[in-house]
Amino acid sequence: MVHVCTVVPISLTVGANRIVPAVAIPHPLGNPALTPEEEKKLRRKIVEKALTALQTEVDDQTVFERDY
Amino acid sequence: MSEIKVVHYINQFFAGIGGEEKADVKPELREGTVGPGMALEAVFKDDAKIVATVICGDSYYNENIESATAEILEMVKQSKPDLFIAGPAFNAGRYGVACGSVCKAVKDELNIPVVTAMYPENPGADLFKKDLIIVETGNSAATMRKAAPLLAGVALKLAHGEELAGPEEEGYIPRGIRKNVFLEETGARRAVDMLVKKINGESFKTEYPMPEFDRVPPNPAVKDMSKAKLALVTSGGIVPKGNPDHIESSSASKYGKYDLEGFDVLTSESHETAHGGYDPVYANLDPNRVLPLDVVRDMVKEGKIGSLHRYHYATVGNGTSVANAKKYAASLSKDLIADGVSAVILTST
Repeated sequence: MVHVCTVVPISLTVGANRIVPAVAIPHPLGNPALTPEEEKKLRRKIVEKALTALQTEVDDQTVFERDY
Repeated sequence: MSEIKVVHYINQFFAGIGGEEKADVKPELREGTVGPGMALEAVFKDDAKIVATVICGDSYYNENIESATAEILEMVKQSKPDLFIAGPAFNAGRYGVACGSVCKAVKDELNIPVVTAMYPENPGADLFKKDLIIVETGNSAATMRKAAPLLAGVALKLAHGEELAGPEEEGYIPRGIRKNVFLEETGARRAVDMLVKKINGESFKTEYPMPEFDRVPPNPAVKDMSKAKLALVTSGGIVPKGNPDHIESSSASKYGKYDLEGFDVLTSESHETAHGGYDPVYANLDPNRVLPLDVVRDMVKEGKIGSLHRYHYATVGNGTSVANAKKYAASLSKDLIADGVSAVILTST
């Protein structure tokens, strides 16, 4: 499982092992300030990051770097 | 009130039968006090009397929990007690589990007050602290002198039907129960007082201790997402329009399982958020912002994700208790495993 979430410290506290930081609390996988096309691209990047996290071996709680 | 009749449960070691080499002895009923029972009776004075002591080997009990519990229950019944005490077990793990398990059985079957005592890190404490009053002891029998009066005192209160004060005052392990009380000062005032103490480096006591969170070892990585079956789960409250299961906007008491068949994207017509803890405008306009169905569908078509599980799961993570969240996770992951799901993206707002 990968946890895509905005408030990473909470995810760390509750014990998620693969954590992918999201954009904002009311729109974790989107950004209404962007055009719909750009927004979907952003969402795609986050989902791709989540898939990378799922395919990465970790031995402890790991926060994957945000590059979007 | 006439003298309270007590049955006491102890293990083979405290009965003086022997250590590990005798841990397989079967349950046995003896009249009167044995071993630590004497320290309890010293506190009881004329208020209560240990009429019988049940002794059982720790290994025997833990290897035959069901039958041993039944045998012990029969012995306890024979003595018709008003109160049942087990231990103290200190940090002896199997003894602690036996004390907790026997107490719970007696409480459930005979409906009389029960109490035990052990060290907080005894696995028996974790297993039974929600069900039982467990008096806190040190980690070894060297602390018996302190433990016995505490245990006996709590036991007498229970037998007299007196209401116990909080765990700290009475010396038992917190059961995780919260009670409403009225205080002179408002919450704001008390919070600021705490903050001032904190800033001044003085000691203060929180009114809301954080629960202890579990840690689980990470699962191995998914080998190849292009062959994996992915499921989407969210605590962001994305549900079909109209919230058919009436998931509460805060302190959700349930989660929902929703069919994604026929949806390539989520829209403001088809879905919405039930979450009451964030501004719902953006999620309601475009629910993919919380549950990224549109992108995942694309990636399945492109062969980057093997397949998407037909259902998504949703609850509202807003003031939801850890205990409930854990329950939902245990239940839905069973479902996911049964359906052959091999990867999960959980989104949270």
